[in-house]
Amino acid sequence: MPNPHSAAMLQLNDVSKSFGPVVALRSVNLEAHAGSIHALVGENGAGKSTLVKIVAGVHRRDGGDFVLDGQPQDFGSTAESKTAGVAVIYQEPTLFPDLSVTENIFMGRQILGRGRRIDKAAMYAEAERLFAGLGVHIDPRRPALGLSIADQQIIEIAKAISLDAKVLIMDEPTAALSGVEVERLFTVARQLRDEGRAVVFISHRFDEVFALCDTVTVMRDGSYIATRPIAETRIGEIVNLMVGREVADLFPKQETEVGDVVLDVAGLTSPGVFHDVSFSVRRGEIVGLAGLVGAGRSEIARAVFGVDRYAAGTVTMKGRPVPTASPHAAIRSGMAFIPEDRRQQGLVTDGSVAENIAAVIRQHLTKGGLLTRAAENKAVTPWASRLEVKTSSLDAPARTMSGGNQQKVVIAKWLASEPDLLIIDEPTRGIDVGTKSEVHRLLSELAGQGMAILMISSELPEVLGMADRVLVVCEGRLTAELSRDEATPERVMHAATASQEMAS
Amino acid sequence: MTSETQPAVDLDEGTALLVEPSAMPRRERILKTLLHSRELSIAIALLVVIAAATIKSPDFVFSATGWRNLLLTPAMMLLLAVGQAVVIITRNVDLSVGSVLGLSAWLTGELFIAHPGIPWIVGFGAGLLAGAVLGLVNGVLVGYGKVPALVITLGTLYIFRGIVLTWAGSSIISASQMPDGFLNLGTAQILTIPVLFIIAMIIVVAVGYFLQTARSGRELYAIGSDPDAAVLYGLPVRRRVIGAFVLSGALAGLAGVVYAARYGTVSSDAGTGIELQAVAAAVVGGVAIFGGSGTVWGASIGAVLLVTINSALPMVGISDFWQQALVGALIIAAIILDRVLAARQARKLIEARDEQ
Repeated sequence: MPNPHSAAMLQLNDVSKSFGPVVALRSVNLEAHAGSIHALVGENGAGKSTLVKIVAGVHRRDGGDFVLDGQPQDFGSTAESKTAGVAVIYQEPTLFPDLSVTENIFMGRQILGRGRRIDKAAMYAEAERLFAGLGVHIDPRRPALGLSIADQQIIEIAKAISLDAKVLIMDEPTAALSGVEVERLFTVARQLRDEGRAVVFISHRFDEVFALCDTVTVMRDGSYIATRPIAETRIGEIVNLMVGREVADLFPKQETEVGDVVLDVAGLTSPGVFHDVSFSVRRGEIVGLAGLVGAGRSEIARAVFGVDRYAAGTVTMKGRPVPTASPHAAIRSGMAFIPEDRRQQGLVTDGSVAENIAAVIRQHLTKGGLLTRAAENKAVTPWASRLEVKTSSLDAPARTMSGGNQQKVVIAKWLASEPDLLIIDEPTRGIDVGTKSEVHRLLSELAGQGMAILMISSELPEVLGMADRVLVVCEGRLTAELSRDEATPERVMHAATASQEMAS
Repeated sequence: MTSETQPAVDLDEGTALLVEPSAMPRRERILKTLLHSRELSIAIALLVVIAAATIKSPDFVFSATGWRNLLLTPAMMLLLAVGQAVVIITRNVDLSVGSVLGLSAWLTGELFIAHPGIPWIVGFGAGLLAGAVLGLVNGVLVGYGKVPALVITLGTLYIFRGIVLTWAGSSIISASQMPDGFLNLGTAQILTIPVLFIIAMIIVVAVGYFLQTARSGRELYAIGSDPDAAVLYGLPVRRRVIGAFVLSGALAGLAGVVYAARYGTVSSDAGTGIELQAVAAAVVGGVAIFGGSGTVWGASIGAVLLVTINSALPMVGISDFWQQALVGALIIAAIILDRVLAARQARKLIEARDEQ
C-alpha cells in the first residue's frame, strides 16, 4: 500500500495547453506519489495524451505549475525529461527494429570501456541483469524486430529502470496485450511501485484500474474533475465523473420511422481481426458501433464496404448480396463510407470544394467523355447549400477550410451519390464543439429522411445521444446490442471491456 | 511470449541465431553470424570475378601492372563508398559527391600551380577541408531544410559542378603543372601495395571501427532505423546527420586529391556521374537503402567489386553493353535480395514468437 505521508513525486497544478485555436487542456491537476500506482482515466479526447506529452517533454505547457521531485520543471525536449527521471511507456513503443535489444535499451548512453569505446560485453551483462530483475527472458543479443508489443514494453521498462526513472507513465499499455501479458505487466508495475517509483497508469479498462491502482484521477474535456482513492470509490462513480453531463440535452435526436432492413451482415469473420459479426441496419435508423479504440470497429466497417477482405460471412444490401473486396460494387449497391481520417482518405485537400463533392458522381456528369467546370458546379450547388458548407465559393481549395466544414464536404460528396446506407467513422473527431452539433443535426436529419446510418464513435455521449441502437464491439466480437433506452454508460462500458473481465 | 527461461530447442539453426543468439557458444555464434553475413557473400563474388579474369588472362593478377591496377583503381571509389555508406545508414543519400570530388581535384591542382614548393601533404589537407565544408553545406541544408536529402544533394550536385565549370572553364591542369612528389604518390608502392590503396584502407578501417564502437556511430544506425524514435530517445539527430554529411564530403574531397594524384590531369568534368556508382557500391555491399543496417566493410567490398567488374569483364570477353547491364542487374539483385532476406527474417522472428 502507498505511504500516505510520502511527498508527491510528480505534481501538476492548473496546467493548460492550446494548439492554435483548439484548447487541449484547460486546467489539469495531477499528484502522483512515490510508491504508488496512480490511474488517469477519461474519455478519448479528454486530454490524457496531451498531458503525458507535456510531462515527457514533447509539448511545452502554456500555463500552470509542473513540479518533479520538488523541482519546478519546464522541459523543452524529451532528452531533458529523461535526464530528470521521467520515462513514458507508450501503447506501441517506438524501438529501433534493426538494432539489438541491448542497443535499444542503452542507445545514446552506452556503457563505455577503455578509450571511450563501447563496452558490448558489459552492456549485454547489464541487459541480462535488468531482464532477470523483471523476471522475463528476452535474449539481449536478438534484434528488436519481431518482438511482441508486450515484450517491446518490457524493453521500454528495462530502459526506464536502467535510467533509474522516478516517474513511469504507462499510456494505455494494455490495449494490445493478451490476458497473460497483462498479468506479467501488472507484476512488473507492482514491483516498480515497491521500489519506490511513482507509476501513472492510463487505461480505459476499469477492471484493470481497480485491480492495479491505489488512486484514480478523472479528466474530462481537458479539465481536472476529481481524484479518489480506489478503496473509496466504485466503477459507477468513475463513469459518471467521466461522462459528467446529461447526454440528451446535447444531441437533438429526431424521432424517426424505422423501415425495412437495408444492410444485413451475417457471420462476418476475418481471423485475428473480428469474429462472427452479425447485425442489420434499417431505413431511418442510426446504429452506433461503440467500443474501445482498437476493438475492430473500423475494420468491420472497412470489410463491409469492401476495402478489406474477409474470410467468412455475407454482406447483403436491400436483399442482394454484395461481393467481397470491391468498394466499387459496394457504392453501386447503395453504400457510402466516410472514413475516420478524412484528410488522407476522404478528401482531395488540394482540390476545390466542387471537385471534391463531385468526385463520386463524376461519371454521370460527363458529356461525350468531357467534364466541364460548369456541369460540376451545377450538380454540386444543391448539396453544398443543403449542408451549409461555408466557403467563399465552390472553387476554394478544401484545405483552407475548418475541420467541421471539411467533414461536411466529405458528407456532401457521398450524399451526391444518393446512398441508402451511410457508414461514418468517428463523425466528429477533430471538430470543434460548435460544429459538432451541426454534424449531429445533419446525421439526424438524414436518418429522418429515411437513410440508414452506421456510425462508429469512441465518444460515449455521442453514441448514447445519437444512436437508435448501440452495438458494442470488444476484441473483434459483438458483445452487446442495446436499444436506445437500455444503453447507459455503465452497460456500454461493461460490454466494451467484457472479455477482459472474463479472462481475469 | 518469451517469459519462460528455456532455450529454444525446437527452432531451426537460422532462427535460433536470430531469436536466441546468447544460447549458442561464443565461437559458434561468431562463426554463424559471419557465415550468414552479406560481407562474406559479396567477398566471395569478388573472388569469383577475379578468379575468372585470371584464368582467362593470368596477367590480371600475376603481373606487376595487373596487381598494381587491381588495388589502385578502387582506391577512389573506396573513399566515396565509405562516405556514402555512412550517409545512407542515417536514411539519407549524398548525390553531390561527384561534384565535390571534381571541385576538390581542381582546387588541389590550382594550389600546386600557385605554390609549387608546398609539400604534397598540404594538398591532401586542402582537399579534405574543402570537401568537409561542402559536406557541411549539404548537412545544414538537410538538417534544417526539412527537405529530403535526395533533393538537396541533387541541387548541390549542380551547384558545386557549376562552381568548377566557372572556375576551370575549358582549361585543363596537366601533369607537368603538378609537383613530382605528388604525382609519384599515384604510383608509389610499399611492399608492392600502392600507397593510395593503403590510405583508402586506413580510412575504411577507421570509419568502420568508429561506427562499431563509438556512441555517435551507433546513433547513426538508430537514426536511420527509425528517425521518429530517435527524436523520442532524445538523440541529437540533426547534429549526427550533419556530421555524416561532413564525413561524406570530406572523404569525397580526399577522393578528389587521389584523383589528381592518380591521373595527373584534372579538367572541369572530373568525377561526373561517379556519385551513382558510390550509391551502387554501398547498396551492393549490403547497406540498406532505407537506412539502419549495413557496414562500411560491406560497402568497401562492394566498391572493389564494382570497379573490378569493369576491368575484368573485357578480359573475359564481354562487350561494353553487357558490362553496364551486368552492373545494373547486380544492383537490382542486391536490393531484391535485401527485401527478401529482410522479409524472411521478420517472418522467422514473428513465427518464433508464436511457437513459444
